[in-house]
Amino acid sequence: MMDLSVFVVSAAVCLVGALGVVLARNPVHSALMLVMTLFGIAVLFVAQEAHFLAAVQVIVYAGAIVVLFLFVIMLLGVDRAQSLELDAMPIQKWAAVVFGAGSLVVVVALARAVDHPVTGEAAVGGAIDGTTPDVRLLARSLFSDYVYAFELTSLLLVVAVIGAVVLARKPKRVEQ
Amino acid sequence: MPEVTTGWYLVLGAALFIIGGVGLLVRRNPLVMLMCVELMLNGVNLSFVAFSRALGDIGGQTVVFFVLVVAAAEVVVGLGLVVAILRRRPGATADDLASLKG
Repeated sequence: MMDLSVFVVSAAVCLVGALGVVLARNPVHSALMLVMTLFGIAVLFVAQEAHFLAAVQVIVYAGAIVVLFLFVIMLLGVDRAQSLELDAMPIQKWAAVVFGAGSLVVVVALARAVDHPVTGEAAVGGAIDGTTPDVRLLARSLFSDYVYAFELTSLLLVVAVIGAVVLARKPKRVEQ
Repeated sequence: MPEVTTGWYLVLGAALFIIGGVGLLVRRNPLVMLMCVELMLNGVNLSFVAFSRALGDIGGQTVVFFVLVVAAAEVVVGLGLVVAILRRRPGATADDLASLKG
C-alpha cells in the first residue's frame, strides 16, 4: 500500500516534470521542471533502498547541474519564452512524436506480456543482504572491482575542466 | 492492491528515456536539448537501480555512480560549447549550426 502510493506519486511527478522539460517554452521553466523530475527519481531511489545515490542525486543533479544550467541561461540572457513553432521542421517533429509513442506502446506491451522481466544471475560481487549499509557496499565495490574505472573518471574530470576552460576563454583576435 | 514490481520501474525508466529522446529531436534550443539528454540519463539510472535491487547486486548502483560523473563532465563541456557558440551568434539554434565554418 505504502510502496504503491510512493511509486505512483513519484512516477507522476517524474513524468509531469519530463513532459514539462520538453514542452515549456521558456528555458528557465524547463530547468525547474528538470529539478522536479530529479527529485521524483531521488524518491524512487529511496524507495529502492539506494539511499546514498538518492542523496548524491539531489546534491549533484539538483544542486550543481541544474544550477549550472540556470547560471548559463541567465548569463546568456536567453530566459525569454520562444515559440515552439521555431523548433524542428514539422515533419521531423511529427515523426519524432510518432516514434516515441510507438516505442512507449511497445515497452508497455512487453512489460505486460512478460511475467518476470528480470532474469539473470544473482549477485556474485557485492550482494545486497539488507543488513550492510549501501554506502559500505558501494564503497567496497567502487574501490575494489571498479577501481580502474574510478581512476579513469579522475582523468575524465580533468579533461572536462580543461576543455571547459579552453572553450569559455574569450577568442583571441587573429592577427593577419 | 497491485504490488510494485521491478517491471514498473523499468517501464517508468523507459518512459523517461523516450520523453527525453523525443524532446532531443523536437526542440532546437541547445540548452533544452542538453536537459533532454539529462532526462535520458536519469531514465537509464532508474533502470540500473531497479535491476540492482532485483538481482541483489550492488554493481548496478556503482554504474549509476559513474553515470553521474559522466553526466557532470558532459554538462560542463556542453555548456562551455553553448556559451562559446551563443557568444558569437546570439539566439542561434541547433539548426543554425549546420556548417562547421563558424
